[in-house]
Amino acid sequence: MKKIEYTAIKGNSLAYYGLLGGLGLVMLIGLLAVWHMEHNGHYVTGMTNQIVWGMPHVFAVFLIVAASGALNVASIASVFRKEDYEPLARLSGLLAIALLAGGLVVLLLDLGRPDRLIVAMTYYNFKSIFAWNIILYTGFFAIVGVYIWFMMDHNMYRFKKQAGLAAFVWRLILTTGTGSIFGFLVARSAYDAALMAPMFIIMSFSFGLAIFILVLMASYNWTGRELGDEVVSRLRNLLGVFVAAVLYFVIVYHLTNLYITEHHGVEKFILLEGGQFTKVFWIGQIILGGLVPLALIYAPGVRNCRKTLAVICTLIIIGGLSTMYTIIIGGQAYPLEMFPGYEVSSTFFDGVVNDYTPSIYEIALGVGGVAVSLVIVAFIIKVLPFLPTSLADKQSS
Amino acid sequence: MINRFLRITFILTGLVLLFPVTGSAETPLPVIHEPEGDGVKCVEPEDVMRRDHMNFILHQRDETMHEGIRTSKYSFAECINCHVEPDDNGNIAAADSKDHFCNACHEYAAVTIDCFECHADRPQKFINRGGKSSALQEEMHQMLTVIEGTGGELK
Amino acid sequence: MSDCVNQSRRSFLEKSAVVGAITIAPGILLHQVANAKPDDQPVSDTVRWGMLINTNNCEQGCTDCIDACNTEHGLVGNNRPQSDTQYIRKVTLRDKMTGHELSLPLMCQHCETAPCVDVCPTGASFQRKDGIALVDKHICIGCRYCMMACPYKARSFVHEAVNNQTLSAPRGKGTVESCTMCVHRVDKDQIPACVEACGKGKHDAMMFGDLNDPNSEISKELEKHGGKQIRADLQLNTAVRYQGL
Ligand code: SF4
Ligand code: SF4
Repeated sequence: MKKIEYTAIKGNSLAYYGLLGGLGLVMLIGLLAVWHMEHNGHYVTGMTNQIVWGMPHVFAVFLIVAASGALNVASIASVFRKEDYEPLARLSGLLAIALLAGGLVVLLLDLGRPDRLIVAMTYYNFKSIFAWNIILYTGFFAIVGVYIWFMMDHNMYRFKKQAGLAAFVWRLILTTGTGSIFGFLVARSAYDAALMAPMFIIMSFSFGLAIFILVLMASYNWTGRELGDEVVSRLRNLLGVFVAAVLYFVIVYHLTNLYITEHHGVEKFILLEGGQFTKVFWIGQIILGGLVPLALIYAPGVRNCRKTLAVICTLIIIGGLSTMYTIIIGGQAYPLEMFPGYEVSSTFFDGVVNDYTPSIYEIALGVGGVAVSLVIVAFIIKVLPFLPTSLADKQSS
Repeated sequence: MINRFLRITFILTGLVLLFPVTGSAETPLPVIHEPEGDGVKCVEPEDVMRRDHMNFILHQRDETMHEGIRTSKYSFAECINCHVEPDDNGNIAAADSKDHFCNACHEYAAVTIDCFECHADRPQKFINRGGKSSALQEEMHQMLTVIEGTGGELK
Repeated sequence: MSDCVNQSRRSFLEKSAVVGAITIAPGILLHQVANAKPDDQPVSDTVRWGMLINTNNCEQGCTDCIDACNTEHGLVGNNRPQSDTQYIRKVTLRDKMTGHELSLPLMCQHCETAPCVDVCPTGASFQRKDGIALVDKHICIGCRYCMMACPYKARSFVHEAVNNQTLSAPRGKGTVESCTMCVHRVDKDQIPACVEACGKGKHDAMMFGDLNDPNSEISKELEKHGGKQIRADLQLNTAVRYQGL
């Protein structure tokens, strides 16, 4: 195989600075929203004592899950020895780091006391899966960082495989850890499922790849570099498999739940009676995020259309956010079951389905986190050689 | 490419380092109000307190919180009881004002105090809670009435 | 359900039997020894504070315990019921089969194996040796994971700035809080404010005492008439038990 040539993008066009400026603005708006939330307290958000995790967590968990998925392309190249993916490995690593950073920023800035970051770093409760996750995230940065370094440094290149394997294993643990955050909440019927962690891993494949494809196509399109159909259709087929796998897992997940009598209530809630959550589930997660992309990927007429692929990826991202919304917020909206056989009411909203309307501040914070990720990518590919100069098809080059 | 990256990092670092130098200006020394009353002495000599008050409070904080040790010598509440008093007009400076005993120095030294996020910044005897907590009670009573349909015959 | 009570009772019976035999004459003095704690002594695990609530005595519509709690801790509402703090609340239950209604006060159950303590990343959620579950607001980062984990919805997040707090409940924006079993009173040998108020109102639906002491009133009552845990299936060995459920 011929040597791949990587170069940094020029990044001196007006459009490039426009992009950075635009993303910067989105970040700024996010920061203002945070300032407003922290200054007044969380009552200005849609979050309450009933829905304690809201829109920021939807975005944060989505980004973190997608981060580990974005690394997949690199893993396929180094761990599964598929050389065709080799040229994409650097970008894949970079995107993984960027997405994780964006997600963590959102998570951090939503804390009641973000100023106590030092406390979070110095006091550890090793029984807490949350504390373990902090270690997993830090480790992910380090390991992927080293992996990228080995890929770029001639002297270290021979250790690349080992580094790639380490990163691959770490990312599996990381997603399992993220899924377990919910898996450990035994008291809430919506989360009490062993399938939570593996489902998160499968979802990460799909969300991460969708974002990867979008970023890849955008950067090649905007820099006028050549991106051949071979690469694109390979990624597209892979995406199809992942989307189908996610759909399959979601079905298995809900079927298993229907099998367990205690979960009938919450299943009925999500699938049929949950109002906005039922809508988000069917329209967002299943139709827009699953069935439509699947149909489009395998539809014969639009096989090589890049625009369609972009639409598909966007739909998958929307579907991903919807999935997080139903899991995280829908799961809390369903009342805790404390007194079986009784109708429950209280001044603290026991026994009622909880309402949630996301506030503009939460959404601004979440979108701000996405902007952080994108700025990191846009900036780094300008200063370091991450993108192959050309990804043209083999026969044409 | 790498060079350019390094150069940018270098410039950014330089900018950050420059800040404290340009930021300093003459700030007047803080005015500290001595607690009144005769023969009242602090639990430690003044210079010890200046240096170590935070350690005393921090130590006591963890012991009280986790072990239920409730001795009063280094109790934060006792600091406030002695040191925070109304001025001649009967007003008490809030914790974020430079007239507050704690904040007078802290503002000067630019050290943020976290204590008053949760603790009252004045002795309990100067806090008038008259009727305030009844707002919550009122709210709950109303809701209970609706829930239980008891028609408002509540105590 | 009662299995769990028995199990823990058996273990503390053994423990206290030893203590009693060695240190003091059995019987009368045991109760006081368990309770009296000088200010400068740390709490110990020879006691486990608990509550027993008799729902048959709990009057519907009565809010004596809640009012007492709010006053004791200076809980001030902001007219936003969705985000205002409640340490203790009255829950009304209606039996779906019979239509029978009952009401009970619900608060932090001070679980022995507390999910809030397990999940808290910083260790801010912790349990004193005497079984009282608390939030150390000095190190709470406000992540709300404990609220997600608590099976009883016992915790509240402080959604807006607070000032003029009481000495008994320092509390501030951005941290999580819940019923402290009036730890500040318990350390001074007093009973929690809610229990006191319930007794003063002549309802006598709440009882407070040392679950580890077989001769305490609460242990005897539990032994005689039993007491259920809410969500006993989770096996948290809660310190708050209910009768008449
Ligand atoms: S009831 Fe909730 S807050 Fe109280 S100890 Fe149990 S899990 Fe923690
Ligand atoms: S909100 Fe505070 S007490 Fe609760 S889990 Fe987070 S750090 Fe711990």
